[in-house]
Amino acid sequence: MTSELETAEHPKGLKRTVIEPLTRVEGHGKVTLLQDEKQNIKQARLHISEFRGFEKFIQGRPYWELPVLVQRLCGICPVSHHLAAAKATDMIVGAAELTPTAEKIRRLMHFGQTLQSHALHFFHLCSPDLLFGFDDEVRHRNIVGVIEDEPEIAKQGVLLRKYGQEVIRVTAGKRIHGTGAIPGGINKSLSKDEIKYLKRDIGQVIEWAQQAVELVKRIFFEHYDYHMSFASIDSNMLSVIRNDGAFEIYHGGLRARDEKGNTIFDHIDYSCYGDYIREGVKNWSYMKFPFITSLGQENGWYRVGPLARVNNCDFFPTPLAERQRREFTGTAEGRTVQSTLAYHWARLIELLHCSESIAELLNDSDLYGNELLNKGELQCCGTGVIEAPRGTLFHHYEINDDGIVKKANLIVSTTNNNQAMNESIRKVASQYLDGNQLSEALLNQVEVAVRAYDPCLSCATHAMGKMPLQINLVNDKGELLDRLEKRASGEINRTV
Amino acid sequence: MSSGKTFKLDGKAISFEEGDTIMDAALRAGEYIPHLCHNPEFKPHGSCRVCVVDVNGHSMSACTRPAEQDIDVDNSSDAIMDLRRSLLQMLFVEGNHICPACEKSGACQLQAVAYYTRMLSPRFTHFFPRRSIDASHPDIVFYFNRCILCGLCERASRDVDGKNVFSISGRGINSKLVFNSPSGKLGDSELSVTDKAVSVCPVGALLPKHQGYEKPIGKRLYDTKPISVVGDAALYQSVNRSSKSSESNE
Ligand code: SF4
Repeated sequence: MTSELETAEHPKGLKRTVIEPLTRVEGHGKVTLLQDEKQNIKQARLHISEFRGFEKFIQGRPYWELPVLVQRLCGICPVSHHLAAAKATDMIVGAAELTPTAEKIRRLMHFGQTLQSHALHFFHLCSPDLLFGFDDEVRHRNIVGVIEDEPEIAKQGVLLRKYGQEVIRVTAGKRIHGTGAIPGGINKSLSKDEIKYLKRDIGQVIEWAQQAVELVKRIFFEHYDYHMSFASIDSNMLSVIRNDGAFEIYHGGLRARDEKGNTIFDHIDYSCYGDYIREGVKNWSYMKFPFITSLGQENGWYRVGPLARVNNCDFFPTPLAERQRREFTGTAEGRTVQSTLAYHWARLIELLHCSESIAELLNDSDLYGNELLNKGELQCCGTGVIEAPRGTLFHHYEINDDGIVKKANLIVSTTNNNQAMNESIRKVASQYLDGNQLSEALLNQVEVAVRAYDPCLSCATHAMGKMPLQINLVNDKGELLDRLEKRASGEINRTV
Repeated sequence: MSSGKTFKLDGKAISFEEGDTIMDAALRAGEYIPHLCHNPEFKPHGSCRVCVVDVNGHSMSACTRPAEQDIDVDNSSDAIMDLRRSLLQMLFVEGNHICPACEKSGACQLQAVAYYTRMLSPRFTHFFPRRSIDASHPDIVFYFNRCILCGLCERASRDVDGKNVFSISGRGINSKLVFNSPSGKLGDSELSVTDKAVSVCPVGALLPKHQGYEKPIGKRLYDTKPISVVGDAALYQSVNRSSKSSESNE
């Protein structure tokens, strides 16, 4: 299943195009494209310079610090790392089960986090592409353009995100880098006033979430064939799933399905993830390439995130999201939905589910219970797996007798999607790159493909901040033929 | 009871007894002088110098300077606060104080005094020393990165616990806390979790094991009120410990 465009048979005589860091993708991504003399794409690779320093950094730290420490991995979804580490350390402190209060507060925190992250991803980072088209002027194709042309949509995006952040603040103590989840449970439950405060706007949030799904559907169906085919690839799908097959983002077994929807494995205890998933290495990338062991590296790569989760689940346990899921999967005609841009559609169905689930949880009296912690006998290792907004996230730790981490392994969502992002870029490049001159359209298409998966390569690269974009077109003799530069301001210059 | 003797602290008359230091008299009168290595339960150490005051034109540590009739003590001028800030800024760069990942954050005296003196940023180049964690003890963990060499654990272990578990060895910038045990490891020392020495650390250096962030943000010691109102961290650490042991006795 790996595209033949990954490695050219004779790379020597080919022309090299380099697309430097993707704008609006935090972290450092670089795309290289190699052409033959007939200007056919012969090789396309996405390089993400993953810095594996965090696993090393965790080594030597006491396990009870981890839920707070690992949040520093990512400024966009710190809560996912917080909760994955908390779940791994639950195992370490021998808490086989959490108290109902602890489990529900953590779920609430996670719904808030997913809601705010999805709102950021869609409204701030991706809606300009979808609303204005990929060929719209760069100066206009950003969140400021959305605020000017579609103020109501922009406002809803901002307020949905703000609501999610408030859920995080109330449950974790702070909007970013809070301390709510601790090994074996949580450190605070909610007061009745806090619940009242969150209840005040949840009705409005659900309404906006419904409108958001309708908006993305309208956009999708307006250019249906294009959306179905853009950067579309056939892949396996991996996600966490509830015991009864329901959609689940906080806790469950692992489910993998192939592109036809056939089950590869199901309800797997995630602490055995090493028996089902391996992390492949390629000599041209720092980032690993995970794959399903039984299928091998060539065919076993998969996608994670909203597209995988909505495809994989049998149903949503909340009515509005379930209605939307049926319509979504109906487009696949018995297979799984493989359109890369359908990630956005799936993402907003999840956003709707999160808002419905928050409303449900806010009526649960366990939220203000007093039993916060469970502890048992100390164990030597722990695994925590959670569905982060961008996909399945694995944290695995081993500790020594003193309680100090001796080994850590993290597989973040971006790493899980590594091969899939490469495949999508290959599809786009072979469709849109031709001639000796680089086009702005190509640059945009590549970015749009990556952003469907991930606005923040930062969790994989542990780098923050936006960088300007540069494409170099180099011929087989190493001569620079063309260079297109996109500054952080959005300004584009041809510098050769 | 009053000796009738007084001195001036920022222009306010403070009465004192024979043998009092400026710090003793000020604390008794409810006046706050910032400090780290001082704890009224132990003999003054005079090492952190954060309690620096100006006495008749001379900079002195309030915890060691005897109170004296009619002296004029400046405890709050910009010049004095500036000196204290510099001392704190040196303490911060000399170790590795990553507050957001520290269990003591929000209940730490070093942090609280830094806020009190309006220290808003580092000023000196960080040393970034390579220091370890000693987690060999079953109940207690020691972070060398956060130790400010206040000597409180040393004094408590020697004077109250009668064990002499801690000692400061080396000189100047090479000084470090060492543990009195055959292996040099805390786990091989006589330290017990109920020892006084364990409850006096003003920073996040000496902490109970297996506990991280159990107190939520907003409920930590200095979250809502400044240290000048709340007082020393050790006061609450010993209260916590005794209430814990009384809980387990019930
Ligand atoms: S000991 Fe205090 S100052 Fe040092 S890192 Fe911990 S909270 Fe910060």
